[in-house]
Amino acid sequence: MPTKVIMPQLGETVIEGTVGRWLIGEGQPVKEYDPLLTVTTDKVDTEIPAPASGIVLKILVAEGQTVAAGTLLAIIGQPGEVGGQSPASPSAERAAREDQPANGERQPGVTPLAQRIAGENGVDLRQVRGTGPAGRISKEDVEAHLAARPAETGLRRTGGRKGFISPAVARLAEEFEVDLSQVVGTGEGGRITRKDIQVYIAAPVPPEIRTTASRETAVSQTGAVSEPELPAWEQPGTGSLFKPTEEMGPPAADGTQTAGQAAGAERDTETAPLTAMRRSIAKHMILSRQTSAHVTTVMEADMTQVVRARERQRGEFERQGTRLTFTPFLLQAVVAGLRAMPEANSTLQGDSLLLHRRIHIGLAVAIAEGLIVPVVRDADEKSLLGLARAVNDLAERARAKRLAPEEVQGATFTLTNHGTSGSLLATPIINQPQAGILGVGAIQKRPVVINRSNTLLPDAEDYLQIRPMVYLSFSFDHRILDGAEADHFLATVVQFLEHYSA
Amino acid sequence: MPALTTQEFISQDHSAGLGEDQLLAMYESMLLSRKLDERMWILHRQGKVAFHISGLGQEACQVGAAFAMERGKDWLHPYYRDMAFVLALGLTPRDLMLALYGKAEDSSSGGRQMPAHYSSKALRIITGSSPVATQVPQAAGVAFASKLRGLGEVTVTCLGEGATAQGDFHEGLNWAGIHQLPLVVIVQNNQYAISESTDKEMAVSNVADRGDAYGLPGVMYDGNDVMESYSVAKEAIQRARSGRGPSLLEAKTYRPVPHSSDDDDRTYRSREEVEKWKRRDPILHCAKVLRERNILSDALAQSLLERVMAKVDDADQYAQQAPYPRPEEALWPVFGDQSHAAQSAPAREVAYAHQE
Amino acid sequence: MPTKNNLEALREGMAQALRRDPRVIITGEDVGPRGGVFRATEGLYAEFGPSRVIDSPLSELSIVAVGIGMALNGLRPICEIQFADFIHPAFNQIVNEAAKIRYRSNGDYCVPLIIRAPYGGGISGGLYHSQSIEAIFAHTPGLYVLAPSTPYDMKGLFNAALQVDDPVLFLEHKRAYRLIKGEVPGDDYVVPIGKAEVKRAGEDLTIIAYGMMLHEALKAAEALAGEGVAAEILDLRTLSPLDKPAILESVKKTGKVLIVHEDNLTGGLGGEIAALIAQEAFEYLDGPITRLAAPDVPSMPFSHPLQDFFLPNADKIAAAARRLAAY
Repeated sequence: MPTKVIMPQLGETVIEGTVGRWLIGEGQPVKEYDPLLTVTTDKVDTEIPAPASGIVLKILVAEGQTVAAGTLLAIIGQPGEVGGQSPASPSAERAAREDQPANGERQPGVTPLAQRIAGENGVDLRQVRGTGPAGRISKEDVEAHLAARPAETGLRRTGGRKGFISPAVARLAEEFEVDLSQVVGTGEGGRITRKDIQVYIAAPVPPEIRTTASRETAVSQTGAVSEPELPAWEQPGTGSLFKPTEEMGPPAADGTQTAGQAAGAERDTETAPLTAMRRSIAKHMILSRQTSAHVTTVMEADMTQVVRARERQRGEFERQGTRLTFTPFLLQAVVAGLRAMPEANSTLQGDSLLLHRRIHIGLAVAIAEGLIVPVVRDADEKSLLGLARAVNDLAERARAKRLAPEEVQGATFTLTNHGTSGSLLATPIINQPQAGILGVGAIQKRPVVINRSNTLLPDAEDYLQIRPMVYLSFSFDHRILDGAEADHFLATVVQFLEHYSA
Repeated sequence: MPALTTQEFISQDHSAGLGEDQLLAMYESMLLSRKLDERMWILHRQGKVAFHISGLGQEACQVGAAFAMERGKDWLHPYYRDMAFVLALGLTPRDLMLALYGKAEDSSSGGRQMPAHYSSKALRIITGSSPVATQVPQAAGVAFASKLRGLGEVTVTCLGEGATAQGDFHEGLNWAGIHQLPLVVIVQNNQYAISESTDKEMAVSNVADRGDAYGLPGVMYDGNDVMESYSVAKEAIQRARSGRGPSLLEAKTYRPVPHSSDDDDRTYRSREEVEKWKRRDPILHCAKVLRERNILSDALAQSLLERVMAKVDDADQYAQQAPYPRPEEALWPVFGDQSHAAQSAPAREVAYAHQE
Repeated sequence: MPTKNNLEALREGMAQALRRDPRVIITGEDVGPRGGVFRATEGLYAEFGPSRVIDSPLSELSIVAVGIGMALNGLRPICEIQFADFIHPAFNQIVNEAAKIRYRSNGDYCVPLIIRAPYGGGISGGLYHSQSIEAIFAHTPGLYVLAPSTPYDMKGLFNAALQVDDPVLFLEHKRAYRLIKGEVPGDDYVVPIGKAEVKRAGEDLTIIAYGMMLHEALKAAEALAGEGVAAEILDLRTLSPLDKPAILESVKKTGKVLIVHEDNLTGGLGGEIAALIAQEAFEYLDGPITRLAAPDVPSMPFSHPLQDFFLPNADKIAAAARRLAAY
C-alpha cells in the first residue's frame, strides 16, 4: 500500500508552503524519517522527514512550486505500486472532506432514512457517529447527533403556526387594511408570512372588493341586531355588497320613506334581519362567483365497492366508538384526485399559482343557521379510521358551534355532500381562494348498463345491473384548470371509488 | 506590629540647600493639608459628606517630594493619601472641598469620582482609580514617553506599602529597570494596609530592599521628616532627570488615623501605639526644628495657622454653596467623539433612567 | 490595486502610520527583530529601530499599563497582546483604567491607545489559543472594540483607530490573517468606526456576523441563493459601539435575522444585538430572532472533531438560515 507525502501545515495560520529542494529523487530508495525535501513558508523553513520507507515512486510537485497545506507532494511505496490520485487534488483527509458536497449523493454506510433526516436538519453526516455494523449511520445516530447540537434559540420546530400573526404581518395588515382571513399562508404550518401579505397587497383586485374602514363602521351601525363579539368567521364583511342588508334594516334609521309608505311596507312584508353568518355566507358566495371562472363537470361513480367496504368495516369501527359514513371514503378519493392533479389543490394569487404541498379538505356542514366548513387537516396523512374520527368530531362540534377559528380556515379544497338532502347533481360554488369544490350527490340505486362492447348502440353483450350510483359534480376555476385537467381529477376520484379495496 | 521603633528615626539636619522661605513654605503647606484634612473628618462625622480618606500624618514625605519636583514639567501619578502632595503642587483647598462634596466644579472629575482621586492636566497630576498600584506601570509608561521624546521630564508616583503586593507594582518596576526610565517610585510605608501590618503584606522588612530585584536603587528614610524627605527625593529626581535611571524610595511613616471614614482602627491596634506615633508628628517635628533655628516664632506660627484656617473655612463655605452637576452630565464624556457613545442620541425613552 | 491578505494589509497600515506620525510606537512581546509571532510587525524594527518598535517583558498587564502611560504623555502607542487568550491579566488596566480615564477626569485626560490581539479559532489552538473575548470588552463604555474581517477593512479600520483619542481593542482573527485576501488601496484611507457594512444584499433574511464567521456566512449565502433564499450579510466591523441604524435597517428590510458568532452563546454579543432588535424593530419581525454560536463550554477544544463540533460553519449557518427563511 503506497504512502502519500503531503504538504504539512507548518504553523497555526499557515495555509501554503513552497517546495525548496527534493533531497531524495524519484525512483530512489528512502528510509522512514530520512529528510525527504525542504519546505519554506512565511513563518518557518524546515526539512520534511519521509513518512515511510520504500521507493520514491513519484514526485508530483516540483522545486520552487507553492502549494496549499494538504497537497499531495509525492508517493512512497514498493516498485510497481500505483499512486492513485491526480497531482492537482489535495489528498489530505480534511481538505478532501471539505470538497465533498454537504448533502446530495448518498454516502455509503448511511441508511436512507438517516440520510433524509440529516438532509432536512442540515446535519453534516461526517460528524455523525454511526453505531451500526462497520460504522453505519442510522436514524437513531442522526437523532442523537441532533439532540447534542449547539443550541439555537428562538426557532420553534413545531408546526401549527397557522393562526399566529407576526408583528410584521400585523403592522402591514393594519396599514393596508387587509382582512387576514383572505390571505393564504405559506409559512411554517400555514402561517401567513410577511411575504404572503405583501403579495396579497400587491395583487390587483377589483375595486368593489377592496373596502374602507368607514364602510365597515357604517355597516355595523345600521340594521344589525346587537350581538356579542363574534368569532372571525361569523363576522360581517364589508363593501357595497351590503346595500341589501342596509335596506333591510329598521326603516326608522334612514327616514327616507313617508309615513304612509312605511306603514304599507310593514303590512305586506316581514323584515327579518340577516344573521352574521348569513351575511357572511352571502358575501362569500357572491364574491366567489365574481372571482373564479366557475365551470362544473359531472361524472358518475359506481359505489358498489365502497358500499361493500363500508359494510365490512362498520362493525369494527363502531366497536371503536366511531361511526363510519361515506365521507371518509370520499375524502380518500379526493386525496387521490388531488395527487393526480396537484393544480386542483392550489390558489391563484396575482400572477402566481400557489401549489399547496399539504392537503386540507373542508367539509361543508349544514347547521341550523346555515353552512359552516370545518377543515380536515392533512387528509392525505390519515387512515380511514383517522378520517372517520376527524369527520365525526368536526361535524359534531360544528353543529354545537364549538369549532375553533383555525378549524374553519386553511382548507385547500372542499367537499360538499349535497346529496344528504336528496340532491342528485349540483353546481357548487368554490370556497375561495381554492381551485375547486367537489359536490357529492345522493347515492341512489340505479339501473346501469354494463358495457362489454365498444359500440354505443345496444348489443348482445350489454346487460343491466342495479348499482348504487352517485353523481360527482366538480366545480372548478377555469382560470387555473382546463376541462381536461378537471376531468382528469374527477376521473381519478371515480376510479378510486369504483375500484376501492380496503 | 510595626517592625520599626520610633528611636530609629532620630532625624538629622537635611535642610542643606533649602532657604528659610522655602522651609516656611513647606511648613505652611503641611499645615494647610493637615487642617483641611481635619476639617474633612469633622464634616464626615457631622454627616455632611459621604466619605473621607485621609493623608493625615504623611504630610512630610509628600511635601518634601513635591518641593523637589519641577512643577509644570514633572508628572505626579498620586494615590489617594496624597492630599498634601497635590496641594503642594498647586491644587487648591477649594478644589479638594468641591470633590469632597461632589460638586460640579470639582476640578478632578466633575463629581464623577470619589474624593481623593486627584487629577489635573495643567498641574500634571494624573487621574487615578481605586484599585491600588495600577498607577505604577502607567507611571513607567509616562516616564518612557518622556524618555523617548527626550523631554527631560521626571515622573513621580506614590503608593502605600500594601499596594506593593500587587503585580502592577512589580511589573512597573521591571519596565523601569529594564529601560532605565526617569521614574521615582515613592512607597509611603505607613505600616498599615487598612488593618494589616506590613508583615502580612511582605516577607522582607523594607520595601526598599526590593529595588535590587529590578536593577534599581532602593532608599529608606524617615518619612516624617520633611527635610530628609526633600533631600532624598531631590537626589532621586536628579538621578532620573540626568538619565541615570529610576529609584525606589521608601518613606517610613505612620497612619495615626483609621484607613478611611468607614474604618474602625480600634479593632486592630492599640491606642498606646497610636499615641506613641502622634508624638512623632511630622508637623510638630518641623515646627520644633524651625523654632530651634528661629525661623518660626509663636506669633508667626499663629498667623500661619490663621491664614491656613481662613483658607479651610473659605474652601468649606465655597464648596457647600457650589452647585451639583446636572444629572444628565452622568452621560459624558465617554468618548472624544461623543456620537459613538451608546446613549448620546436616545431612540426610545425606555432604555435608561435619564430624564430630560 | 494590489491584493493582500489581512495580515499584510494591517502591516502596511502600521508601517504607514509609523512613517507619517512620530508619535506612533509599537510595543509587545517579540514585536521587534522577530517581527511578531504572526509576523504582523515584520520589517518594522528594521525600518524604525528600537525606539519605535519595542520588545516588552512577558507581562500583559504592564504592556497595557505602560501603553496607557505613554498615551497619557503624548504618544500613540500600539500595544500587541500576543494572543487574545492572554489578555486577561491586563483586564483591570483596560477596563478599569484605559476605558475610564477620560470619564473620570472629566475629559482632562484621554488615552489614545490601540491594543491589538489575535483572536478566534479553527486552527487547532485549543482552549488558550482560540478564544473570542469581544463580549467581555464590548460591555465596557469608553473602550472601542473593532473586529474587521477583510483586508480592506483591516487597514481602513486601523487607520480610523489611530484617529480617535480613546482606547481601542483591535481584534484580528488569526485564521483570517492569511486565509482572506482582497484588494487594498495603497493610501491611508479610513473605514469609519461604528459603521457596519452589507457585504451581500438580500431580501429573505439578514445574517449578522463578524470575523471568520463573516466568511462562513458569505459561503452559506452562496449556497442558499441556489435554493432561492436570498440572505443579506451584514458585517459588523465595529463591535462596540454597534451600528444600530444599519442593524435595524437590515432587519426592517428582511423581517428575519440570524446572528452568528464563534464566541459562546450565552452572554455573547448576539444577545445584545437580539435585545436591540427586539426593542427597536419589534413590529418588523416576521420570525424569531435567532442566534447561532458556539456551545457554552470553557472555550474551543483542540482535537479536530471537537473543534468542528464547537465552531459554527457555513453548513450550520445555511441550515439555520433555511429554517428561519421557511418560518
